[in-house]
Order: sequence, then structure tokens, then C-alpha cells
Amino acid sequence: MENLQITAAKPDSALLDLPWKIPLEDWPDEVLAALPRGISRHTVRFVRLKDRVLAVKETRDHYAFREYDLLRRLGKLEIPCVVPLAVITGRADDNGEPLETCIVTEHLAFSLPYRAVFSQSLQPKTASRLIDALAVLLVRLHLIGFYWGDVSLSNTLFRRDAAAFAAYLVDAETGDLHRELTDGQRAYDIDLARTNIIGELFDLEAGGFVDEGVDLVGIGDTLVERYNELWDALTSVESFPAEERWRVDDRIRKLNDLGFDVDELSIVTDLDGATVQIQPKVVDAGHHSRRLLRLTGLDVQDNQARRLLNDLDAWAAAHDRGEDSEQIVAHDWLMRSFEPTIQAVPHNLRRKLDPAQLFHEILEHRWYMAQRESRDVPMPEAAREYADEILRHRPDEQALLGSLPGDTEIIELNETPSDDDTVEAAAIQQIEAEDAATLTALRAGTLDIDGSVTRRSAFQR
Amino acid sequence: MATVTFDHATRVYPGTERPAVDQLNLHIEDGEFLVLVGPSGCGKSTSLRMLAGLEDVNAGRILIGDRDVTDVQPKDRDIAMVFQNYALYPHMTVADNMGFALKIAGTPKAEIRQRVEEAAKILDLTEYLDRKPKALSGGQRQRVAMGRAIVRQPQVFLMDEPLSNLDAKLRVQTRTQIASLQRRLGVTTVYVTHDQTEALTMGDRIAVLKGGLLQQVGTPAEMYSKPANVFVAGFIGSPAMNIGTFDVVDGAAKIGSTSVPLEAQQVAALTDADGGKVTVGFRPESLDVVPAGTPGSFAIEADLVENLGSDSFLYGKLKDDAAALHAGDSDQVIVRVAPGSVNKGDVINVVIKPGQAHVFSAATGERLAGANDSVEAPAA
Repeated sequence: MENLQITAAKPDSALLDLPWKIPLEDWPDEVLAALPRGISRHTVRFVRLKDRVLAVKETRDHYAFREYDLLRRLGKLEIPCVVPLAVITGRADDNGEPLETCIVTEHLAFSLPYRAVFSQSLQPKTASRLIDALAVLLVRLHLIGFYWGDVSLSNTLFRRDAAAFAAYLVDAETGDLHRELTDGQRAYDIDLARTNIIGELFDLEAGGFVDEGVDLVGIGDTLVERYNELWDALTSVESFPAEERWRVDDRIRKLNDLGFDVDELSIVTDLDGATVQIQPKVVDAGHHSRRLLRLTGLDVQDNQARRLLNDLDAWAAAHDRGEDSEQIVAHDWLMRSFEPTIQAVPHNLRRKLDPAQLFHEILEHRWYMAQRESRDVPMPEAAREYADEILRHRPDEQALLGSLPGDTEIIELNETPSDDDTVEAAAIQQIEAEDAATLTALRAGTLDIDGSVTRRSAFQR
Repeated sequence: MATVTFDHATRVYPGTERPAVDQLNLHIEDGEFLVLVGPSGCGKSTSLRMLAGLEDVNAGRILIGDRDVTDVQPKDRDIAMVFQNYALYPHMTVADNMGFALKIAGTPKAEIRQRVEEAAKILDLTEYLDRKPKALSGGQRQRVAMGRAIVRQPQVFLMDEPLSNLDAKLRVQTRTQIASLQRRLGVTTVYVTHDQTEALTMGDRIAVLKGGLLQQVGTPAEMYSKPANVFVAGFIGSPAMNIGTFDVVDGAAKIGSTSVPLEAQQVAALTDADGGKVTVGFRPESLDVVPAGTPGSFAIEADLVENLGSDSFLYGKLKDDAAALHAGDSDQVIVRVAPGSVNKGDVINVVIKPGQAHVFSAATGERLAGANDSVEAPAA
């Protein structure tokens, strides 16, 4: 018999403490951090290991190693995706019966499954923010030659990114990294994404989470539009007369605004030099986050970085520091504005959001306060009121694993068949009870996930 | 429904010189179940993806029916990749899970219901249509996933190793279902697998590929009884065929100390390139156990006997020349024997049954036809 074997880049002996001799679906409650929700084709469990949360998925050998390898390669290419930790092979139960291989990934802190974002009810605006994030992720994947093969909201995790979301790839099982993608591969991925997203939205509708009259197919269609817009902006060839050279800078600035840096731009002139053709060859996402990292050492999402950089500029102007070196001003802003603002939030509430998101939301709140009171509000004051009136009522998003009411059990296609009618009836009852509980909770307003809705209710008080 | 034609279809991946699929010519009949099979890297999945529109066709063309689809977008080819996405939606009924793609396409409600009901009838899911997927068994959920493809009524079904991530029990169950369903629906199907057992049991015809080149296409029986070359001979069949290369002396292959006669037309077909050698193959069931000294017989020493109930297989070595024969990846000779008749360590004498030796050119690996090749092959 084969022995238990852990394959990992940075092995952690604590992994040995997990009950590998037990089928994943039977793991005892004391090791579980939460049950996964949503739709998956394999058994998945979240476990707490020391101070970390890990996702464990059972799959077949070949697929586990393949996915582990793909996720590592994507990580090296700076694609936002979950970090693979280990593959566990050679599992067997106490009777020596072999058990399936497991792949272990680190849970992405502060990430939200789409069902958690929508669990109170689908706001078309929130939906389109998720779709935008997914379109950016898909374009970035396609630029490096990754064919996903099963693009969907369920296979993505979302992190708050100022007023937007940033999307992370979770499931690479069907994916493949190519030297470059064919148009057919891109078209297929986009079409499948559209179909899957609309299917997932239909499912929310069937669960009673969507108001009547919302155009779900229209929301799915926006993915295709956003993808094509971004793909064209990043890759299209632009021709202009030689005297309009400013258009080279203009193109670069437009790409910066979209959050991309241009690493390589091809510039071709025709024989007599009358026309110029430009095309970005290598673009890198994270224009704003790289700049913020360089200035302050803060490592945050791109839109958060854009927001913080804007605040840094505003702070520099207000303190008449326009002439000083950017680095020194940024350091002072960090010490005198950013840090004190975060510190003004009580310690026990601070960990509910990541610091950059917290700062963004306090900036938003300060704006509401200023509107309400028609005066300048200092950041620490805004921070205290925000913490007290809003943050206190929000769930902890550091390790929100989607175990919210209303999400029914995972549907696995490879689980052991059971044709028992009583089991069926019980299962249906359970789903209906869960759905009813969620709807009641919604009406009672006790489900708070989306900050904007909470904020409205806070002001109504 | 339609035929599928690969016409000199070639795929060369950027940055490589050798084509992943090299001038593939293959005509698939309307309603046929064709299996593309071969070892990893043989080009089978690439061929399927060329048909799906996921891989560019660098030379040649692909037709569905009379329509040249070489440059048509995947979604406009009227094909369905079955099992590509098999997430089922928990809040939606089985009927909605099957029909939602039609709803997206704006198909009228009554027509969706009608197509879903037709598919459910074929899939034995009628009584579950208004239930939630949670209430279904694993096998029924698989059928809902198939139902999704069926309701779209595509011209061609494509399946790329659809069983590979199922557990063993569900794999066998689903294999049978796919094969019988395809026959009932009569939709042209192209199926990719690396597993020759799957190919033999499911396909109307099998196309074996290796290194981007089509090796042979034919019915399971043809592939089994008349492999076109040494590669197909060794790849098709389980346990694998015994194969070895031997000197030709006086119109016979010298296997150890014995001579196995070749047919005159096979000897005549040998060329200088063969260097006086020939490759001979025979399946484990093509041997008769005979008394020592029987003309044309050779001795085999049993290393291991595997008893499968109705059959037993002996794994051993040629007594005279242990390295001369191999079967599949092993360097052993495999012989089907009567259960209980042989034990480990025994030495038995066998002859190849008349007409059941497969003879190939030692230089090219191509089959050298014998008298039996012209008559209809017996069912495998």
C-alpha cells in the first residue's frame, strides 16, 4: 500500500494533523471552519489550521497535480488566483481502502463568493460590478494564454476593491496554459462565461433573490461587451498620421486609466513615414497598485490604490506640499493620515475589512457626513462614526466562507447515488426551509453584506 | 444531423515545427459514434478541438455536412461539447436546469418545454422534471447534464474524456448510458479517450492516432483482428498482444529454437530494408497449449498466473530467449490458459493458432497481408 504523501513547495508539518484517513465529506466539525456552499463538482471543505483557513478539495490524482501546477504558474505570472499549498496522495482509510487525492489551497482572506454578495437580493448595480471584475480577470488570463474552459461566478472569488470588486480565479481544473490563445478559444470562453453567468443568475431568481423585471440575460451580455471593450483597448492596432504623435502618449495614458502599464509598445511607420501604427504588445495590470506600493509600501488592489493615491494628492494639496518629493510626502501621508485613521477604528472591528478597504469606506463616509453637516470632517472623526454606525453591524469578511443561509448544499455529480424517495423529500424540505429562512431574514433586514445598503439604513435611523 | 469531414486538416502550434495533427483525413458518417483514441500527445484532443473551433486549422479544412466550418466561430458551428460544464443549479428544477440555454437563446416557452420533455423521456427523467437536482441520484444528475446538450439539438456531439473525473462505479454506468443514448438519438458523435477499452466498447468505429498521424480507422472488430501496423496491434486489446521481431529463415520466423511458418505472400512482401527480419504478433488467446516437441511450438515459463474466474492469464518468458517477446509495456509474454491448469514456475508449450499470427514489416511496422486478410474478420 502507498503511504500518505504531501507534495508542497513550502511544506507545513501541521498539515499532517488533519484527518486524512477519513473521506473529506465525513470530516468532524472540530477541524472544519465552515461548510462550503454553492455549486461544486467535488467535495470541498474549509478547515482551520493554526491561524489559517484552508480549502481542501477531493479529486483524482492527475487532476490535483495538474491544478496545483497550473495555479502555481498563474501565481508566478501575477494572475489573481488562490494560492495552492499542497497535494495529498496515498490516502487510505483504517481498512486500507484508498481515498481520493486532495488539493489544498489557502483561503483568500477578505474574499467573497458571489452568493454572499447577492444573498440579500441581487442589485443590478452590484451584479454589473462583479461582471466588470470578471471581465478584467478573463482578459488578463487570455492575455497570458490561459484558456479557462469553465468561466463562471462560482469559479471566482471577489475581493472588495474600493467601490468595485477584484476577481480571483479559484478553480483551474478545466484550464490550460497555452503559448497564445486562438480566437476560437477566446470566443468559446466568453460564450461559456455568458451562459454560465446567466444560468447562475437564473438560479438566484429561482431562489427568490432577484426582484421581478431584472434583465438577467442583459447582465450576462454585459460581460461580453466589457470583455470586448477591454480587449480592444489593450490589444488593438491604432493608425494615425505621423504628425499626430501625441496619440502615442494618449494611448498609454488611456491604458493607465484602465489600470494597466504598457511594458512593450510596437510602433511601426510606413515606408515614407507618413503614417504610424501602434499596438501594445505587453501590458501589465496593477498600474495604480504598483505606484502606491513604490511610494508607501502598501500592497492593495488597484482601485483601492487609485483611491488612496487620490487622497494622497488631495492631502498634499491641502498641506501645501506640492513642491516636495513624492516619496517624502507619501511617507508623511501614511504616518499622519492613513495610519491614524485606521487606528481610530476600535481594534475589535478593524479586522472585519482589510485596511485599504476600510480607509476607502471611511473616505466615503466622510463625504456623506460632510454632505449632511455641510462642514469639513476630519478623518479620525469620520472613522469613529463609521465604525460605530456601520462597521459594527457588518459581518467579518476576513474569512467569510459563504456559509450563509439560503445557499443550498453543494451539488456533486460524482457522489454516490441514492434513489431513496424519503431522502429526496427530506432534501427538498431542507432546501425550502433554508430558502424561507433567508427570505425572512431579508425582510427583517438582519442580513448585512453590501455596505451601500447598510449605509442607507444607518442614515434612515 | 450531419456528417463530419476532416480534409487534410493540420494543426501546428505556434513555436513548434512538428504538427500536432498532421494532414488528418477522416470522414464520419451521419449518426456515427466515432472514438478518437491514442496515447497522450497523439493529437486526439487537438483534433476534437479543431472540430469544436478551439484550435486553428493551419492547413486543410473541416466540414460539418456540406458546410465548411474551418473559419466559423465555435458557437456558430451547431455542435455541443457534452459534459463541459456540469454544475447543476440547486434552486432550479430539473426541467429548468436542462432548458436554460434555450431560454437564453430566446426560444419560446412552449417549445422549450416540449424539447425538455422529449429529452427527459429518452433519459428516463420525466417524473423528476419538476424536482430540484438535490433530490436526484448521482447517475440521474449525469443524465441532466446530458439533457442540457440534447435539448439544443446540435448536429454533432463532442465529448473530450468525459468520464475521466468520475469515480470508477459512475464511470462504467455513464459509459453504458452514453453509448445507448447515442444510439437512440442517432446524433453524430466524436468521442476522445486514451482508454482503448472505452474505445472498443463504445465506438461504431475507432480512429487510432499517434504522433499527430492517423494510424488506422475501422470498426472495433477490424482494429482488433487486422491491426494495420505494429503500433495499433500493441495499443488495441487488453491484455496486450505479444509482439517480437525475429529472423526469417526459409520462409519462417525463428522464434527461439522453433520456426513459425510465414505465408508466401508475406515473405514476398519483405524488402531489403527489413534486413531479413520480420515482426510477428499474436494475442494471448491465439495460442494453443500442446505437448512438448509439437512442430512450431515454443516453451514458456510462467512467472505469474492471474485468475479472472472464467479466464486465466499466464505472464511469463520465452524459455529459449527471454528478451524476444513483449506485450504492451511489459517485457512478458501473456497466454490465456484454462483456469487452474498452470501454476507459477510451470513450463508450457504453445503454438500459434492457424491464421492468427499478425505479421508486420520489421522496417516500417506496416502489416504484411496474409491469406486471411481478404476474408471478413471474425467478431472480436
